[in-house]
Amino acid sequence: MNNIRTGYISRVNGNMVSANVEGAVVQNETAYILHKNERLKSEVIRVRGQLAQMQVYESTSGLGVGDKVEFTNELISVELGPGLLGQIFDGLQNPLPALAQKYGFFLKRGIYLEALSDKVKWDFTPLASLGDRVISGFRLGSVPEKIFKHYCMVPFNLKGVWEVVYIVPAGEYTVKEKIAQLKNEEGKICDVYLRQFWPIKIPIKAFAEKLKPSQALVTKMRLIDSLFPVARGGTYCIPGPFGAGKTVLQQLTSRHAQVDIVIIAACGERAGEVVETLKTFPNIVDPRTNKPLSDRTVIICNTSSMPVAARESSVYTAVTIAEYYRQMGLNVLLLADSTSRWAQAMREMSGRLEEIPGEEAFPAYLESRIASFYERAGLVRLHSGDLGSVTIGGTVSPAGGNFEEPVTQATLKVVGAFHGLSRERSDARKYPAIDPLISWSKYQSFIKEADRQLGHKVLIKSNNIMQMMKVIGEEGTSLQDYVDYLKGEFFDSVYLQQNAFDSVDEATSQERQEYIFGFIRGILEGNFDFKEKNQALQFFQKLKQLFKGWNSTEFNLEEFRKIEEELDILIEGNKKGSA
Amino acid sequence: MHKVYTNIIQIAGDVIIVEAEGVGYADIAEVATSRGTSLAQVISLDGKKVSLQVFAGSRGISTKDKVRFLNHPMQVASGDALLGRIFSASGLPLDKGPKLSENLIDTGGPSVNPVKRIIPDKMIRTGIPMIDVFNSLVESQKLPIFSIAGEPYNDLLARIAIQAEVDIIILGGMGLKYDDYLFFRDTLSEKGALSRSILFIHTAADPVVECLLVPDISLAIAENFALKGKRVLVLLTDMTNFCDALKEISITMEQVPSNRGYPGDLYSQLALRYEKAVDFEGAGSITILAATTMPGDDVTHPVPDNTGYITEGQFYLKGGVIEPFGSLSRLKQQVNGKTRLDHRTLMDTMIQLFANYRLTLEKQAMGFKMSPWDIKLLKYGGLFEKELMSLSVNIPLEKALDLGWRILADCFTPEETGIKRSVIEAYWPNGKD
Repeated sequence: MNNIRTGYISRVNGNMVSANVEGAVVQNETAYILHKNERLKSEVIRVRGQLAQMQVYESTSGLGVGDKVEFTNELISVELGPGLLGQIFDGLQNPLPALAQKYGFFLKRGIYLEALSDKVKWDFTPLASLGDRVISGFRLGSVPEKIFKHYCMVPFNLKGVWEVVYIVPAGEYTVKEKIAQLKNEEGKICDVYLRQFWPIKIPIKAFAEKLKPSQALVTKMRLIDSLFPVARGGTYCIPGPFGAGKTVLQQLTSRHAQVDIVIIAACGERAGEVVETLKTFPNIVDPRTNKPLSDRTVIICNTSSMPVAARESSVYTAVTIAEYYRQMGLNVLLLADSTSRWAQAMREMSGRLEEIPGEEAFPAYLESRIASFYERAGLVRLHSGDLGSVTIGGTVSPAGGNFEEPVTQATLKVVGAFHGLSRERSDARKYPAIDPLISWSKYQSFIKEADRQLGHKVLIKSNNIMQMMKVIGEEGTSLQDYVDYLKGEFFDSVYLQQNAFDSVDEATSQERQEYIFGFIRGILEGNFDFKEKNQALQFFQKLKQLFKGWNSTEFNLEEFRKIEEELDILIEGNKKGSA
Repeated sequence: MHKVYTNIIQIAGDVIIVEAEGVGYADIAEVATSRGTSLAQVISLDGKKVSLQVFAGSRGISTKDKVRFLNHPMQVASGDALLGRIFSASGLPLDKGPKLSENLIDTGGPSVNPVKRIIPDKMIRTGIPMIDVFNSLVESQKLPIFSIAGEPYNDLLARIAIQAEVDIIILGGMGLKYDDYLFFRDTLSEKGALSRSILFIHTAADPVVECLLVPDISLAIAENFALKGKRVLVLLTDMTNFCDALKEISITMEQVPSNRGYPGDLYSQLALRYEKAVDFEGAGSITILAATTMPGDDVTHPVPDNTGYITEGQFYLKGGVIEPFGSLSRLKQQVNGKTRLDHRTLMDTMIQLFANYRLTLEKQAMGFKMSPWDIKLLKYGGLFEKELMSLSVNIPLEKALDLGWRILADCFTPEETGIKRSVIEAYWPNGKD
C-alpha cells in the first residue's frame, strides 16, 4: 500500500497541474513533480477518473506535459517535536534560517529541509515505565525546551490501548532516536521518537473533552479586555481596511497577551512586517519569564510573494503546531494575519479548478472551511487532567474596507468576538482603532457585566449626541446632553485609547483595569454641577490631562496615589451638592 | 534549431492556441506573422494544446503562421551596457543604440527569503518637503502614488527620479502617452540623469498585453544591479494599466472574475512585483515608486485597494499637491528619528495644526464667525500650502525644517503650538531673521 505510484503531467494551468495516474490516487496526498533535477511538492486536490489535479506549492514555470509525478500516499504533514520554539518556518514548515544559510538570498524552488534539526541532543527524562498501559497523547517522557517542559507523547494517530514494552533511560537523544516501543493487544509494535508527524488539515483530538471557554485571556489592551474580551480557547477576528493598524495590533498582542506560547502565522502579508517581528523579538525580554520573546514564539511566514498554495497550507501548519503544544497543557495563542489572503488562495485554486463560483468568486465551501479552521480553537481537558487551550485571533482584510464581503461575514458567524477597526478612528490617530460602536464579544469580561454595559451605553449616547450636534450646533444642545457627550469622549480618550509608545500605558494589567474602571464609573455616573458648557468642557479637559498622566505612572506607586488624590479633589469639587 | 509549429487552432482575444509538444509552462515563443515577429508566453498547457498570450496582439495572425518555442522563460539582457538606454516593453531599442543580448537573465525570479531581509533604515532624500519632512521615503520601500487621471504624477516621478540619491533609476512606463514618454526622456537627459537611467517604455499606442512585461523586466534588471551593490529606484507608471491588461487576459482565458472583472489573483500578481522591493544584507537595494491612477478617485476600486494592502503606505496626489491626510509612509519611523532632533515633533505639530486649519476652512465655508484663533490658523494654512506643500518647492530637509519653524513663529506663540519647552528653546526662531 505504501508503494510509490507514478503519473505524467497532462495539463498545466498556473499553479494547478493535472496528471494521469497509474493506479489508485488518494485525495490530499502529497505528490512530487520531477522536472529536470528538481522535485516540486504538490497536493492532490481533486480526482477525476485517472486524472489527479494537484496544487503545486512552487512556481510551475518550465513544467511541461509528460513530466513525471510521484505520488507518496502521505497527506501534507508537519514535524512535531522539541525545537519548534523560536523557529521561523515557511507555510510547509521549511526552516527559513537554515535555507538562508545554505542557499542565500532567494528561496529556490524544490528545496525542502527537515523542520527539526537532528543534530541537537535533548535531555530526556522518562515518565512512563515498562508495562504501563497508555493511549494516544499519553506522556512518555519530557525534555526541557526553552522555559517549558516539552512532553514526548504517544503518537496521536494510535488507536486503542498500548503497552510500553521498551523505554530508554534518562539521557540525551536526538529527535530521530527511538525513545520507546509500544505494543497493542494484537501484538502490533510501534516505535516512538521524540518527534512525530501529523497531517495539517486534520485536528489533533487526543484529549478527554472540549470545554466551554470561560476564563478571559488578558491582552492588556483595555478596550479589548474590558469591553470586548477574548477567552482562553476562544476565537476572535479583527477586520479592517488597509492602514487601520491590524498588524500593529497583532504585534502588540503577541508581546503582551498572557499565554504560554504564541504562534504567528504571517499569511500572504508584507515581508517587511515579518522582518520586524523576526529581528525585534529576540531582543525583547518577556517580563514574566525574563527570556527573549522569541523563546516562546513560533513564526510561520508565507509572505505575499511566496507561492500561493503554500499560503493556503500555512494557517493549517500554524494551527497544528498550536494544537501540539496545547497537548502539553499549555495555553497557546495563534495569530493569523491575514485570513483574507488565505481565503484568496482558496479562491485562486477554485478558479483554476473551474468550480462554480459563489459570491465575489469565492468558492461555495469558503464558509465551511473558515468555520472548521476556527473550530480548531478550544479549551480542552487532556487525559492527564490538565487543561490546555488554543485561542485563534485572525485579521481580515476586506476589499475596500467593506465588512459586507464574504470572508468577513463568514468569519463573523463563527468567532466569539469581533474587533472591527475603522478608518475614521485610525485617521484620528486613535489607538487601538477598534470601533467600540460596532465591535462585540460573546465572552465574559473580568469587568462586571453591569459596568461593562454602562460603559457601552455612555459611548452610544455620546456618539448620538455628537451626531446631533453636527447638525444643530453646540448652541442648540442642552447642557445635560453636552455633559453626556463629554463623558463619552472622556471615557474613549483616557480608557479605551492607549499610548502604544508609552512603556506603562501600552499594556495594562487586569488588576489595574479593574481598579481604573471602578474609578471611571464614578465619573460616568456622576452628577456634576456645571453652570455652562464651557465650564464643563474645561473640567473634562483638565480631567483628561490629569488622567493621561495617571495612565503613564506605574500602578500603585506613590506618584500614582498622588495623581489619584488630585483627581478626587477635582471631581468632588464639581459634583452636585459640593460647596 | 528550435522546432517550428504552424497549426494554430484557435485565436481569441490576444490568446492563441497552437498544437505543440515538449513545451514548458511560462516559456517564451516567437510568433512570426506577415506583419512582423512578436513574442508570446505560454499561459496554459492542456495535452498538446498550448495557449499563448501574444504580446503584440493577435490582430493579423493567420492560422498558418509560424510559432517557434524558445524553451526558456522571459529573458532580458543585463549589465552596465543598459545604462542610458531606452527600450520597448519587449526589450528592443527605442533609441538609436544597438540591440542587446548579452548577460541574459530570467525575469520573474524566486522571492527573497524573509530572514535575509533587513529592517530598512536609510532615508532617500527627494528635496520635496511633503515627502522628506512628513512622509519620508525609505530605501527598499514600495510606495504607490494614488491619484486621479490628470494629476501631475509623472512630473512628480520625474522630479523624484532626478533628485533622489540613488545609483540607478529604472523607469517602467505602461500605457504611457507618447508625449509623457518624451517628457521623461527629455527631462532626464536635460538634468543629466539619463546616463544612470534605463527606460522601458510601453506607450498607449502599443498592444495592451505587452505592458505586462514591463514590471517584470524592470524589476529583474533592478535586482541584478542591487545584488551588485547598487541602490536602485524603480519607477512604474501606471500600474492601473498593468492591472487592466491582466484583466483582459484573464477574461479571454474565461477565468471567473472576482471583483469588477479583475482576476481573483490580482493581489498575488501585484504582490509578486511589489515584494521585489528589498534591502539586501551586504548588497544594494530596490525601492519602488508606482503611479496608480484611481478610476473615479475611488480608493476602494480593486486596483488601489489591493495595492494599499501590499505597499508600505501611499502618496495621495490631489489637486496638484501631495495631500497630507491620506498620504502615509509606513516606514518613516525607521528614519525620521535620526535626521534631526526636532523632525518628529515638528512633523506632528504642523500636521495637527494643519488639520485644525482644514476644520476652520469648513467652518468658514459654512459662514460661521472666525475667532482670533481661526484667523491665526487661516494664516498658517495659507503659508503651509504655499511654502511647503506646493510641488514646486525644492529644498533639502534641514532647510524645510527651518522653514517649518519660521512659519510656526510667524503665526503662533510658542505656547499655542503645544510643543515641549525644551524643543522650543532649541529651535524656535528668535526674530533675528
